[in-house]
Amino acid sequence: MFAYYFQLGLRSLRRNPVLTLLMVMAIGFGVAASMITYSVFRAVSGNPIPDKSAQLFIPQIDGWGPQQNLKGEPAEAVSYIDAMALLRAHEAKRKTMLYQVLMSVMPGGDRELPIAVNGYAVGSDFFAMFEVPFRYGGRWSEQDDAARAADVVISGELNQKVFGGANSVGRTIDLGGHDYRVVGVTSHWNPRPRFYDLFSTDGFADEPDIYLPFTRAMDLKMYPSGRNSCRGQLSFTNWTDYTQSNCVWITPWVELDTPAEVASYRSFLTNYAIDQQHAGRFNWAPNVRLRDVVQWLDHEHVVPPESRISLVVALGFFLICLVNTIGLLLAKFMRRAGEIGVRRALGATRREIYAQYLIEAATVGLVGGVLGLLLTALGVSGVGMLFPPQIAQLAELDVSLVGLTLVVAIVATVLAAFYPAWRAAHVQPAWQLKSS
Amino acid sequence: MSIQIRPILTALRRHKAGTVLITLQIALTLAIVCNALFIIHARLASLSEVSGVDESSVFVIKNQWATEWPTAQVDAQVQADLLALRQLPAVRDASPANGYPLQGGGWDNFVTLTPEQTQPTTDSAVYTGDEHFIGTLGVKLVAGRNFRPDDVMVMGTQQAVTPPTVIVSKALADRLFPGGNALGKSFYAMGATPSTIIGIVDPLHRHGVSQWNKAYAGQSLIWPIRSADSRGLYYIVRAKPGQLAAAMREAPKALYAQSRLRIIDAKDGIQNYATIRHKVYDSDRGMAILMGIICVVLLAITAAGIVGLTSFWVGQRRKQIGVRRALGAKQRDILAYFLTENFLISTAGVTLGIVLAFAFNLWTVTRFALDRMSLAYVGVGVIVLLLLGQGAVLAPALRASRVSPVEATRSV
Repeated sequence: MFAYYFQLGLRSLRRNPVLTLLMVMAIGFGVAASMITYSVFRAVSGNPIPDKSAQLFIPQIDGWGPQQNLKGEPAEAVSYIDAMALLRAHEAKRKTMLYQVLMSVMPGGDRELPIAVNGYAVGSDFFAMFEVPFRYGGRWSEQDDAARAADVVISGELNQKVFGGANSVGRTIDLGGHDYRVVGVTSHWNPRPRFYDLFSTDGFADEPDIYLPFTRAMDLKMYPSGRNSCRGQLSFTNWTDYTQSNCVWITPWVELDTPAEVASYRSFLTNYAIDQQHAGRFNWAPNVRLRDVVQWLDHEHVVPPESRISLVVALGFFLICLVNTIGLLLAKFMRRAGEIGVRRALGATRREIYAQYLIEAATVGLVGGVLGLLLTALGVSGVGMLFPPQIAQLAELDVSLVGLTLVVAIVATVLAAFYPAWRAAHVQPAWQLKSS
Repeated sequence: MSIQIRPILTALRRHKAGTVLITLQIALTLAIVCNALFIIHARLASLSEVSGVDESSVFVIKNQWATEWPTAQVDAQVQADLLALRQLPAVRDASPANGYPLQGGGWDNFVTLTPEQTQPTTDSAVYTGDEHFIGTLGVKLVAGRNFRPDDVMVMGTQQAVTPPTVIVSKALADRLFPGGNALGKSFYAMGATPSTIIGIVDPLHRHGVSQWNKAYAGQSLIWPIRSADSRGLYYIVRAKPGQLAAAMREAPKALYAQSRLRIIDAKDGIQNYATIRHKVYDSDRGMAILMGIICVVLLAITAAGIVGLTSFWVGQRRKQIGVRRALGAKQRDILAYFLTENFLISTAGVTLGIVLAFAFNLWTVTRFALDRMSLAYVGVGVIVLLLLGQGAVLAPALRASRVSPVEATRSV
């Protein structure tokens, strides 16, 4: 029966080509607009570390006070003094401080010019906490952290540029005039949004090239290459003054596995702030936060407003297309009231009429979906015209998007057909037979 | 010719579903189209924001130092670089800088009028440069004087330097001193000591173009500072008229000839203002294009929907039309009937649509801190949709008006 109704549907579609074309175009454009914007939205709003996002927390401590903080919220990073306090504490199983550094690989071998490298000063826990994959070697040890060792983990890309892609573990690399020992080479690793550094990036930056020990960076007095935010009067002229200032530039992360650990860490933060208040460093009540990855992404508004607005507009557009389809299907079905009357009089049940017309609608949905798919493919490849490149390149047409496009088109069209099919099923046979 | 509205309403009551669908479609279309127009207009307006820069001949070099030199050595290298750049045949002038207008984000400081103030008066973008900065950018000095070489201070890595002199944009001057006599007055920009305004330029755009900058639009200050930051700096270069391409080719060669221990990225180390402007407004332009496409397709689909449904109605009512014609109705009466019918439905649609449009706008205002939509956009949207409805209904209505009175006698 299904195949027969499907054939009837195709035949009926051929009968009013203009009306059919209108419906197919409406569904196609509507579903394509939604899918293109959804593919971008999906890319920017995804959870970059789903299996651990509930165990990774970013502590925030208000070192600016109610007059100068961010409308009641603590700063989005911590100062050197607070970072050191968090680093000394042993409240969390794993922890890392991190900030952006800019260095250069000095000329050597057949390279005449230095190469700029972006990266992070991090703790040895960083790699395990954020599940950084290694191609060669691995992280440096906690002893290396304590010893302020000149170790470095480099990206596969940098390894390709400098060492030709060979296993470079144990080899030396000259960064800005200092020799570093390569302890690990990462496989491609660039979670997006870059949840671990939303202070210096908007979440969509190129893959970092290097990671070096935070303690080493402190030793070398490496100023941050990323953001730096201060309050009040600034008078620092050297590293010591700068590190004692209220400027925030370090992002702390801790890993806490159980609710009890979270509660205990939270009270540790509060107690730390109380101690600072008693010591006279903070002239205000404790104001601390402990957000996990998802809460942090939300708090930092990682999803660009453009993406959210365009998704909503596209969904509205799809809704209009569906309303349009309901109207056109109604017109199409009711035009055949006479035919329905005859079928009913010959013994077809309402259920059969329903089935026939819903299948006909599904046919429209399928064709619309295929058109939508073509337009989506076109749109996803042209999305670079509409969104900044670092975001546009995240949009991709994968199997799930293809499936979703077709399913959405068919389901939506069938849903839209319910009312017109109901009207068709309720055609009074007697009426139709009388007047024709 | 008097148009009878009551019979139209009675007839519509027999086509509730179709009527409701068209009303709904028009309402939703209006809501989206006028918000989209509003977004397009706002985005296009920002695309053409004035930077104050002589954009046709200025380009920017991002220069990173490869190794950490002491401040004095960096400064010596910067001075040598600038000398080399300024001597190039295609170059008119060059300046060191910490950033440039339309960079996309950069240094900004709170500004206060007194040193003990904890709540800032306002916020200003901070540019640093030497006595060539204004001339290189091509920014217009509208009052006071430019920096003199002896005003210029040297700033090492991450040092908080507060020069005693400052040049401000007119927007900042007006914000701080609404009386208009800002020249010679002082303010504090997160320093322990004040800076005295010696010159006013107009206009000078901020580094950033993002939403939070809007409240401080055009508010910028220039400090006479030559950056000797061991990490790097920007060189802003102004080419002689018509020699931008040549200058952009010569400049990096001249710099590498001075020292090779620097990094000028092959991809975006040297950018002219066409590129800078194109990049910084990427998402604005994208939004405008996307909204434009959606608007056009949406209007087309709505029009098609009206044509489709009205054609169906005309088909259904051929007999009644025939009867009316047989009873003396003229062709234009039938035409008027369908036009009026559509007008009534459209009016209901746009009325509902106005409510939806403002609801959507309210959502963007509360959620994304966008501006409130002015009534003009809704007005334009309403007119467009009413005209669209009348246009779409015209063809089926004309067909209806040509129904022959003979139809009344057929198939009864």
